[in-house]
Amino acid sequence: MMQPVIACHECDLLQQVKPLPPKSTARCVRCGALLYVHTPDTIDRSLAFAITGLVLMLIANIYPFLSLESQGATLETTLITGTLILARQSPIGLAFLVLLTSMLVPCILMGALVVVLGSIKWGQRLPACRRIFRLALALRPWSMTEVFMLGILVSVVKLAKMATIIPGTALFAFLGLVFVLAAINTVLDPHTVWEKMVP
Amino acid sequence: MMPSVPGSAQTAAAKGLVNCHSCGLLVRRAFPDGQRLYCPRCHARLHTRKPNSLSRTWALVIAAMIFYVPANLLPVTVTRYLGSTQADTIMSGVIYFMQTGSWGIAVIIFVASIVVPIAKLVVLSGLMISVQRRSSWRPRERAQLYRLTEAIGRWSMLDVFVVTVLVALVRLGYLSTIEAGPGVVYFAAVVVLTMIAAMTFDPRLIWDALEKK
Repeated sequence: MMQPVIACHECDLLQQVKPLPPKSTARCVRCGALLYVHTPDTIDRSLAFAITGLVLMLIANIYPFLSLESQGATLETTLITGTLILARQSPIGLAFLVLLTSMLVPCILMGALVVVLGSIKWGQRLPACRRIFRLALALRPWSMTEVFMLGILVSVVKLAKMATIIPGTALFAFLGLVFVLAAINTVLDPHTVWEKMVP
Repeated sequence: MMPSVPGSAQTAAAKGLVNCHSCGLLVRRAFPDGQRLYCPRCHARLHTRKPNSLSRTWALVIAAMIFYVPANLLPVTVTRYLGSTQADTIMSGVIYFMQTGSWGIAVIIFVASIVVPIAKLVVLSGLMISVQRRSSWRPRERAQLYRLTEAIGRWSMLDVFVVTVLVALVRLGYLSTIEAGPGVVYFAAVVVLTMIAAMTFDPRLIWDALEKK
């Protein structure tokens, strides 16, 4: 059962929860903040996107990411290469931040969703689910795959005059992942998940 | 005061309710201030408002302002090509793209690395000053400004990622290399500090000031 009243998380105003037509969002009447969304089958859809994302992440880490061809020599890089080289050249914290925002957080986020949404879907109540879902929600702003993608674009333009750059399979998997994570952000309604998790 | 603003009785805090930061459950506040309260649904700590929101946000904003100086003065990349060494700061990178005709890229880097961090620091400082002065000026617009600040902050990480991809790709050794400069460390610190600052600021303070007038 839905709570009849909720408070806006940005201005604290109490508001009635009304049933929404599908694919619409409710905004706060006073400050305009997003209150809740209504996605049909939010659990099923988010779960499907999270599993897709994890598969794409696996592909993105197995295959070559970008290759650089210069003076007849080809140099292949994988997704993790940048982090490893950065770890040698600058404080380890920086490399860790890059690893965290481009790979670890998206992985933890999607893994957490699979556990939480899966346990709701198949009726298995795991005790740690509430803590896991809370972690997933807190991590959301730190997932920056789309910013990383733009960074790749900028670097490729910068290097285009120096050498030939060949995109690898992993690059396309990573591009797909950007869209999958955006989709998760749109279809996932935390309110519905909380209501279903703890009735 | 705006006529459309409803009275104070309609906020959760005014009704003695606490809105859980994490799951949004409304909990009746049965304990006095200072006692630890946990959400019965998600077990997160409950607070009527984010604790010490203003002092924490000021500390983070001031730290970010200090780090912003070395982030822009120190080189972010050091390029060695045929025996010559070139150190690039963020701004010299932008100028490089402008000179080579990549205007789009130059604008993207300029906005993400220079405009967005400064705008975030100015907006957050402005919001905090307005809250401290208990301003009732355009609360809805200030709330929107806060949301915008929260949403765009992550894009400042762009330059950190560019440096990461560059050092990964250019490590041939015999002709040219690109190394990460110390500027990028300070720059990453500015991005992280401003992101946390946006999170510790409680936008409800904008509306609280309005109600108590």
